[in-house]
Amino acid sequence: MEWLVFVPLAAMALVTAVLVIILRNPVYCALSLVGTFFALSGIYLLLQAQFVAVVQVIVYAGAIMVLFLFVVMLLDLGHELPAWLQRDRPRLLIGAGAVAILLLELVIPVGSWTARAPHGPQTSEVVGAAGNTQLVGRLLFTEFLVPFEITSIILLIAIIGAMVLARR
Amino acid sequence: MELILPQIDWAPFVPLAPVAIGGLTTLTAELFLPPGRKHLVAILSLIALAAAILLSINSWGPVLDPDRRMVRYGIHDSVVLDRFSLFFYLVLGLIGVLTILLSMGYLHNAAPDQGEYYSLVLFSVLGMMLMAAGGDLIVIFLGLETFSLALYTLAGFRKTELRSNESALKYLLLGAFASGFFLYGIALIYGATGTTILRQITAFLADGHPPEPLFLIGGGLLLVGFGFKIASVPFHMWAPDVYEGAPTSVTAFMIAGTKAAAFAAFLRVFLLALPALHMRWSAAIWVLAVLTMTVGNLVALVQSNIKRMFAYSSIAHAGYLLVALVAGGSSGIASILFYLVAYALMNLGAFAVIIAVQDGERERLLLTDYAGLGWQRPVLAACMAVFMFSLSGIPPTAGFMGKLYIFSAALAGDYPGLAVIGVLNSVISVYFYLRVIVIMYMSEAASPLPDRSRGQAPAVPASAAAVLAVLVSVLGTLHLGLFPARLLDLARQSVSVIAG
Repeated sequence: MEWLVFVPLAAMALVTAVLVIILRNPVYCALSLVGTFFALSGIYLLLQAQFVAVVQVIVYAGAIMVLFLFVVMLLDLGHELPAWLQRDRPRLLIGAGAVAILLLELVIPVGSWTARAPHGPQTSEVVGAAGNTQLVGRLLFTEFLVPFEITSIILLIAIIGAMVLARR
Repeated sequence: MELILPQIDWAPFVPLAPVAIGGLTTLTAELFLPPGRKHLVAILSLIALAAAILLSINSWGPVLDPDRRMVRYGIHDSVVLDRFSLFFYLVLGLIGVLTILLSMGYLHNAAPDQGEYYSLVLFSVLGMMLMAAGGDLIVIFLGLETFSLALYTLAGFRKTELRSNESALKYLLLGAFASGFFLYGIALIYGATGTTILRQITAFLADGHPPEPLFLIGGGLLLVGFGFKIASVPFHMWAPDVYEGAPTSVTAFMIAGTKAAAFAAFLRVFLLALPALHMRWSAAIWVLAVLTMTVGNLVALVQSNIKRMFAYSSIAHAGYLLVALVAGGSSGIASILFYLVAYALMNLGAFAVIIAVQDGERERLLLTDYAGLGWQRPVLAACMAVFMFSLSGIPPTAGFMGKLYIFSAALAGDYPGLAVIGVLNSVISVYFYLRVIVIMYMSEAASPLPDRSRGQAPAVPASAAAVLAVLVSVLGTLHLGLFPARLLDLARQSVSVIAG
């Protein structure tokens, strides 16, 4: 049954992701990216990660995309890309061929792979018992405390970096 | 809901704490210092790094030995305290100290009154330490992002200079691309084993689960991610432009620090957690090693810009290190650790010379700028000659001993072909390293420098710091060349935890 939901969502994620790359108008690219984010958040829902799904929509599709669109429009990039950035057919074909080969290399072994991988610790029962948001919160402050703290340092570095580079 | 607080072993975090606190303190102190006194921030950051080094030395014996536990784990394996981590804490601390010393005078000219520089250096040392000590792939990734993000900013520190902007942007875009590979690799490994913690992955594989294709692909993607960070050949495209454009002090830091941190994590992941993967991928690493050495050395032959030459030379050195990685075994890994120290000393030393001989605002970036330097600045030129001998692997220097250990490990590991290719490459590299010496001593200076020709101490006190960095590096290089046994013994002790 899951397949009925998963396949359309995965297809939507892939198609919109490709559109982000091949569309010529930056505004359309940004809007396609919103489509990708929505499809991904649907997949997160399928995995019973409701909290991540909602955060994905609020943070990525909401805040970050609005920021992208602001920049695109403020810098007046909303028209077609200049000629030197436009597609160069032979190179595009070579690139697409290389990607196809790499993709096949990924898909063939994975396809022949019988699912013997173990479950991670967060099964549906565990998540159902604790509640999704509570579980994320608890993990952040116990098991993933150190990664969580490192992330705060990364954000601090990003702020310093933005300030240093933007200051006159 | 009941919150169960984890049992915390604080010992693994002790050597990291001064660097993190130092980064925050320097950032705050910078706010309150008046313009013109910002170099005090550099002193603060030196104190933080010195504290980290002392605490690491302190942890080496007493913390690990008495209860016979050679390994201690931080919260959920996030940070591992063993002699391998401590060895890299010491190396990275040394790299940090030398970087700050050689930056002080340079920054005075390039970007005065920008005290954030030192916090960013400290934070990137912290990221490198986390990467070297991470026991969880997530922590290794976050450590990588921490130092990369700080380095993107540092590379663009000369805002008015187009090359510096280009360097920052290229590094950011390609670094983000490489991070994508790395993360995808982690995701596939998680999918195949159900965990990202290295110890649990090892246990899973030892538990009679043969590595699945999914797992092998994950490992391959990790290899690509590491390949980018150490600038090995098919993934080296970013290195020359980034190293050339970044401010000279930052280039020195990137060349020495990134390589040490990336190799530390590389060794821990591929040899400790995934020995099965090492077997499968050693053929691929063999090819990478040969390509990296050969391309790096051949392209370095034709460079006329000294920073670009060092960029290709650093690529070639990544190749020598990969040779030792293919050879494996405890002597192979110990030789990597030894070589990383030698490599850091000779590169930072050479860059300190480049900074110390700069002419006010004007940097000597072309090889021809070094004409006649042997007579204008005899001491610094002699030091530069030592570093060049060391880089090309001529005794009695650290570079010679390092290469000797690496190639003998390759022979011991039954890779004679690799050793032969490595030695041939060293011979090629002699040409462009010795060319610097030839230019310094055997050609006439185009325009003699005013005042400095007597070899007297430079006027700006901050550039005395760069001279200090040169002297420390030259002593280290010669010391390791003459008495390598002590460091090699430390390296052997460090790898005993991961290579058994």
